[in-house]
Amino acid sequence: MPMLLETDEQKIEHVFSRFKGVREEIIPILQTVQDVFGYLPEDVLKEVARFTSVSESRVYGTATFYTQFYFTRRGRHNVKVCCGTACHVKGAAPILEAFERELGISCGGTTEDFKYNLERVACVGSCALAPVVVVDDKVFGLMDVKNIKECLTVEEGEQQ
Amino acid sequence: MSTGKRLLTKVDAPARLTEVRENCRVALARQKTRFLVCAGTGCVAMGSLNVLAEFKRLIAERGLDMDVDLLFEGKEAQTAAAGSGCHGFCEKGPLVHFEPRGIFYTKVKVTDVPEILAASLDHSTVVERLLYHNPDGSTCLTEKEVPFYSGQQRIVLELCGSIDPEEIREYFARGGYQALAKVLQECTPAQVIDIVERSGLRGRGGAGFPAGKKWASCRKAPGDPKYVVCNCDEGDPGAFMDRSVLEADPHSVLEGMAIAAYAIGAEKGFMYVRAEYPLAVARLQKALEQARQWKVLGENIMGSGFNFDLEIFQGAGAFVCGESTALVRSIEGYRGWPKPLPRARTTEVGLWDKPTLLNNVKTLSMVPKIVNRGADWFSSTGTKSSPGTAVFALTGKIMNSGLIEVPMGITLREIVYGVGGGVPNNGKFKAVQTGGPSGGCLPEEMLGLEVDFDSLKSAGSMMGSGGMVILDEKSCMVDIARYFLEFTVHESCGQCIPCRNGSYQMLQILSDITSGKGQPGDMALLEEMGQTIIAGSICGLGQSAPNPVLSTLHYFRHEYEAHIHEKACPALQCKELIVYWIDPEKCKACGRCLKACPTEAIKGEKKVPHVIEQSKCNKCGICLETCPDRFSAVSKITGRQKMDIL
Repeated sequence: MPMLLETDEQKIEHVFSRFKGVREEIIPILQTVQDVFGYLPEDVLKEVARFTSVSESRVYGTATFYTQFYFTRRGRHNVKVCCGTACHVKGAAPILEAFERELGISCGGTTEDFKYNLERVACVGSCALAPVVVVDDKVFGLMDVKNIKECLTVEEGEQQ
Repeated sequence: MSTGKRLLTKVDAPARLTEVRENCRVALARQKTRFLVCAGTGCVAMGSLNVLAEFKRLIAERGLDMDVDLLFEGKEAQTAAAGSGCHGFCEKGPLVHFEPRGIFYTKVKVTDVPEILAASLDHSTVVERLLYHNPDGSTCLTEKEVPFYSGQQRIVLELCGSIDPEEIREYFARGGYQALAKVLQECTPAQVIDIVERSGLRGRGGAGFPAGKKWASCRKAPGDPKYVVCNCDEGDPGAFMDRSVLEADPHSVLEGMAIAAYAIGAEKGFMYVRAEYPLAVARLQKALEQARQWKVLGENIMGSGFNFDLEIFQGAGAFVCGESTALVRSIEGYRGWPKPLPRARTTEVGLWDKPTLLNNVKTLSMVPKIVNRGADWFSSTGTKSSPGTAVFALTGKIMNSGLIEVPMGITLREIVYGVGGGVPNNGKFKAVQTGGPSGGCLPEEMLGLEVDFDSLKSAGSMMGSGGMVILDEKSCMVDIARYFLEFTVHESCGQCIPCRNGSYQMLQILSDITSGKGQPGDMALLEEMGQTIIAGSICGLGQSAPNPVLSTLHYFRHEYEAHIHEKACPALQCKELIVYWIDPEKCKACGRCLKACPTEAIKGEKKVPHVIEQSKCNKCGICLETCPDRFSAVSKITGRQKMDIL
C-alpha cells in the first residue's frame, strides 16, 4: 500500500475543511473526494471514516452502493454510451460493442494507457438525438457503428 | 436615463410583490425585441450554445449589447439574445424564438445567425427556410401553429422556454412568487391544504397519491422540525421531464416548496437532484441565491415572519433512491435502502425520523399555479380522478421527440399521431411504453385509451414519472422486457429476496428466450414469478419490476412464442436468433462490406458475389450499414428462412 503523499494529505485536509465531519455528510464528502482524486482511493476512504467517526466498512458499504463512485484509477477521458430506452430501441447495443472492439476493453473498463474509460449510462436526456454517445462533456448524436471513430479522433486531436 | 427612484432589490412585504412584478414587467419591456435560444440539454447537445454566442457576438458588433440592469434604470434596448430552458421540441433543435413576434426557428446553425439577425432587425422579414415545415410543405410562423405544440396544454411547462431561468426578475415579471405572497397574506396553512385537496392534484412522481391528503397527513403528524423534500431523482432511462423543469423554470419549484413548507409547518427543505444533472444543479443554485437575495426564500420571507430555506443534495446514482424511504436514508448518509415493512409513512417518520413531505418536481411546480388560479381552474382540466395535465418525455420511434404536456384524458392515439406526428420512415407503430422500468407496453389496439393514472394502471402499464417510448415493428418486445428487467436487476438494492433473486431469475429466463434457449414452460413460469415478486417485494421498485414482462406477455404473447418455439425473432433484433446474409442475386460485389467487416468474415472478390462466413461473423451489422441502399443486398434473417437458406 503506497503511503499518501504530502500533497494528497493536503488535498484531503482541504476537502475536510469544508465539512463538519458528521454522518449525513458522507455522500457529499465522497463526491468531493472523487472530484479531487478522480476516484476514491482506499487510503482516502479510511480518512473519511476517521473524519466522520463511522467505521471503514460502513463508509465502504455506503460508497459501493452508489454507481457514481469509482474505486480504481480512471482514464483521462470518459466515453459514455447512452443505453437509455430511446437509444436502446435505436441500436445502442451494437454501438457499445463497437467501442469495446475499438478500445480493446469491455464496458466499465479503462484502457491500459489510462486514456479512456468506457461505460454505459441510462439516459443522458438527449433522446431526440438517439443513439447518443457522450465523450467527457461532448455529445455525439445519431451514432451508428460506422462513425464511432469520430468520437475518439476528436479527443486525440485535442490531445496534441 | 435613470428614473431617479431607488430600485427594489428585495421583497420586504408580501403586498410589495405586485410592485416588484410591475417594475420588472415595465423594465423588461424596454427591451424591444429579443432572440431566445433554447439552452435545454437536447438543444445544447446540438450546439445551441454556439448559436447563442454567435447571436451575442453579432449583436455586440452592431453596438446593441446592453446589460439587463440598465433596463431597470430606464434605458431602452433594441434587441438582445438570451438562453432559455427547454422548449420541448428537441427533435428540431437548436430552437430560436424571436420575440415579441414569436417567430419560431428550428434547426438553427451558427451560420444561419447573420441571416436571422438581418431579416429580423433590418428587413422585418422572416427566414422562411428555417421555419417549421409541415409534412405538406406549408410553414408555421409561430410555435402555436405547430401541431406539436397546438395539441398540448402547458401548465407545468408554461414558462419553460419563454423565460431566462437564470434571471429571477423575468419570473417576477410573469407573476412569480405571487402565489407565495398570496398564501402568506391571506391563507392559514389549513386553507392552503384545502386548496390543494380541492384541486384534486395527484403526485406526479408515478404512483399518483393525492397531494392534498399527503400534505394534511404531514401537517397533522406530531414531531418537530418537519421537512419538505423535492424528489428530482429522475432515474428512469428515457425520462427527462423533471430535469427540464428544473433547468427551465427552477423558481416555480422553489415557490411550490415554500408554499408546501408553509402549509405543513416546515422551515427546512432538501432538493434531491441526480448528480448526473449538472446543468440543473447549477441553475438551481443560481435560482436559490437570487431567491434568498430577494427575500422570497430564507429567513423572514417577504418580511412575513415565515422562514424557509433549502439545501441541494446531489444523489449519487441509485435508481432505488426515487423511492421515498430510500431517498430519506440517502440524505441521512446511508445506503439508499428502502425501509422494511411494516413501516410508517414518510409523512410521519421521515428524515431523521421527523415528519417529511416528499413531492415530485412537477407536483410542486403545479402548486403556485393552482394557488393563483384556484382549485376549480385546475380540476376543470383532465379527468375526474386525475385532474390537470401530464408531462411526458416522448421518445423512440416517433417523428416529434421531445417534452410534451397534455391534458389527462387525452387518448394515446392523439399523443402518438397528433402531438407526436406518428412513426417516422413509414414505420409501423407497434407499442407505446410508459412508466419506464415500472410500467408496461400497450399495443395498437389500446391507442384509444384515455390516459390517466388509473386507466394506464388497469391496462397493465403505469403513468410513472412520464417516460413515453414509441416502439415500431423493428422493436422486439421480448428484448424490451429483457432490457427493462436488466435495468431493475442492476438497480435492485438487494435487500429483499423476491426482488433480488426473483427478478434475477426472470432475467435469466428472458435471456435464454432471446438467445434461442427458451423452454415451453417459460412463459407460465415468468408469470408465476412475476406475481410472486409483486406480492413479496418491500418497495415500489420490486413491486413493479415484473410489469414490463407481464404486460408484454399479455399483449405480445405471439412474439414470445416465436422466440421459444420457432427460435425466431420477428423484429430481427435478438442477435443470437438472426444471421446476416448477403443475397447473391442482389450483391454487386462492390467490396464495401468486405472492407468494413472488422472480423474479416466476408469472402469474395471482384465480380464474385460476397458471402458471409457465419462462424467468423460477430453480427455487428456493419455490412448492413455499408451496403449501398441501391443494392440492399445484406439483410437479417431469422427462424425458418434462416434454416432454409443456411
